[in-house]
Amino acid sequence: MTSEALSPATTGASGAVEPRGAKPKKLTIGRVGVYAFLVIAALFFLMPLWVMIVTSLKGLPEIRLGQLFNLPAQVTFEPWLKAWDTACTGRDCNGLKPGFMNSLKITLLSVPVSIVVAMINGYALSFWKYKGSDLLFGILIFGAFVPYQVVIYPLIIGLSKVGLFATLPGIVIVHTIFGMPILTLLFRNFFASLPPELFKAARVDGAGFWQIFFQIMLPMSVPIAIVAVILQTTGIWNDFLFGTVFAGRENMPMTVQLNNIVTTTTGVREYNVNMAATILTAAVPLAVYFISGKWFVRGIAAGAVKG
Amino acid sequence: MTQHSVSIRDLSLNFGNVKVLEHLNLDIAQGEFIVLLGPSGCGKSTLLNCIAGLLDVSDGQIFIGGRNVTWEEPKDRGIGMVFQSYALYPQMTVERNLSFGLRVAGMKKDEIDKRVARAAEILQIGPLLQRKPVELSGGQRQRVAIGRALVRDVDVFLFDEPLSNLDAKLRSDLRVEIKRLHQRLKNTMIYVTHDQIEALTLADRIAVMKNGVIQQLSDPHTIYNKPVNLYVAGFIGSPQMNMLNGTLDGTTFTTDEGIAISAANYEFTTPVSGPTKAILGVRPEHIVLGEDARSMPFTLDVEIEIVEPMGSDTLAWTKIGGHPVTFRCNSDVDIKSGQKALIGFDAGRGSIFSVETTNRL
Repeated sequence: MTSEALSPATTGASGAVEPRGAKPKKLTIGRVGVYAFLVIAALFFLMPLWVMIVTSLKGLPEIRLGQLFNLPAQVTFEPWLKAWDTACTGRDCNGLKPGFMNSLKITLLSVPVSIVVAMINGYALSFWKYKGSDLLFGILIFGAFVPYQVVIYPLIIGLSKVGLFATLPGIVIVHTIFGMPILTLLFRNFFASLPPELFKAARVDGAGFWQIFFQIMLPMSVPIAIVAVILQTTGIWNDFLFGTVFAGRENMPMTVQLNNIVTTTTGVREYNVNMAATILTAAVPLAVYFISGKWFVRGIAAGAVKG
Repeated sequence: MTQHSVSIRDLSLNFGNVKVLEHLNLDIAQGEFIVLLGPSGCGKSTLLNCIAGLLDVSDGQIFIGGRNVTWEEPKDRGIGMVFQSYALYPQMTVERNLSFGLRVAGMKKDEIDKRVARAAEILQIGPLLQRKPVELSGGQRQRVAIGRALVRDVDVFLFDEPLSNLDAKLRSDLRVEIKRLHQRLKNTMIYVTHDQIEALTLADRIAVMKNGVIQQLSDPHTIYNKPVNLYVAGFIGSPQMNMLNGTLDGTTFTTDEGIAISAANYEFTTPVSGPTKAILGVRPEHIVLGEDARSMPFTLDVEIEIVEPMGSDTLAWTKIGGHPVTFRCNSDVDIKSGQKALIGFDAGRGSIFSVETTNRL
């Protein structure tokens, strides 16, 4: 073979370019079709958000024109201020502000409590097996499939008997209980994916239940804990049912107040305020997803493939 | 009652209805290197976990250093353990990995430093002390894992297939190092493996296990040359021992095809009366070729079927009365497949097993 035969882009017998090196990428009609479909689908699902944003920036007279998709002729932040500060929920006219603070309180308390409980659960169920631990885990997982509405009434009775109904600790307990099945499953499976020899080595080294948990398992479970934080933050922030039932008037979360603002009709329906209030309420979980999306995927993957 | 380092008395372990270990007895002398050898699922790792206290036994007793530790926690048994997957704590540096057990025990800082320094010196991991496990190679990780057992300053070391995750070269390097470590420290070591080379090279005594029962407990030379039953004979040795089926009558072994082989030099462990169905086992390296074969009690003209040059020596495949037989010869010998050759061996160096009991006769 001569050196000429090895030069790049040698033409073969048929006249076509001899394949060599990286395969050239081609844009086919099929590809274009796929991208077009994806773009259209994305636009379709962004449409409501677009309508909400433009509507919330319009004044009421402009909304009455019915031009749903148009940009506001005159941008006004009045509806946002009203939604936050002075919109009426029933008799009170303090806007969403108190609801935001309540949601913050509930979320900041419920997320760590529920995650810590589930983490210890998962750790004990995967490493400190005892007779019946698998059965207990099965029952716990079954809990994930019980419709919430079924347990609400017994829970109300139970909590009011111990004087926690319609209190902040009450709603935190409720969120912890309902988060437990899925979070325990998450953590148990993560711990089960760790090499059991790690646990054995720690036992030979003389570490006990809590020492192994805090010094070895906890530092390793950061990725999966982030997943749990995201799941719980969005879940608890978006919760409406438990907030309505268990939080009590003092601790009404933002979602409940949003509902009250939207359904309260005194005179004209203020679509712009409703839209602004909805965006405000949805802002926290949205922000959590945007900021931590990368971590979320990484954590899920870590739980699935780490061995 | 004993100067044994580790004694296992009548140990049984059941998982539900599955009997993993049954009435197992094993005495290990001070400073002895014992290898538990067997295929996966034979109970060797289970036995090691029982000694370590990581599994509760169903019945029986375990003594370490003359003390009954059957109900003791792993940390109180005076053992250090090295695992196949290294099991290093991933979030800690090498130094903190080594010192974890000592810190848990609440030892003084300067004593911890002294012990870590000594372990690092013995295993030559001093420069790695501030690194995390992910920054180490497999061999370095396993050294750290050994170091973690070393700092505990214990009498008994337990190794659970420590070299199985390493590549072939590192495995032989670390094998020598473990042997050197044993010579230096003179601790009792119990080593689990399924690799017969590791077992034969490291052990003072090998316990060959099958289905939770120790088949033979003896020094490597005896295990290799005088296996007590067909199982041990077949498990140890690569390539496998050649097995010929036939009948033993007095000191004459006749294969099923009617080839008579004299076993006059064979040392029988049990007297045989009358014709008995038996199996004659011959190691591939005990069969000799050509001129050397003429001096052997048994010779046969055969046709060579396949030749496998291994570098250091050459394996050849042929047949004795229809049985495939391998033999090992010097790599300088020029043999080719299809060639006729004279082979010979002394049945006295082989092993004869009863077909009925599979035990050595």
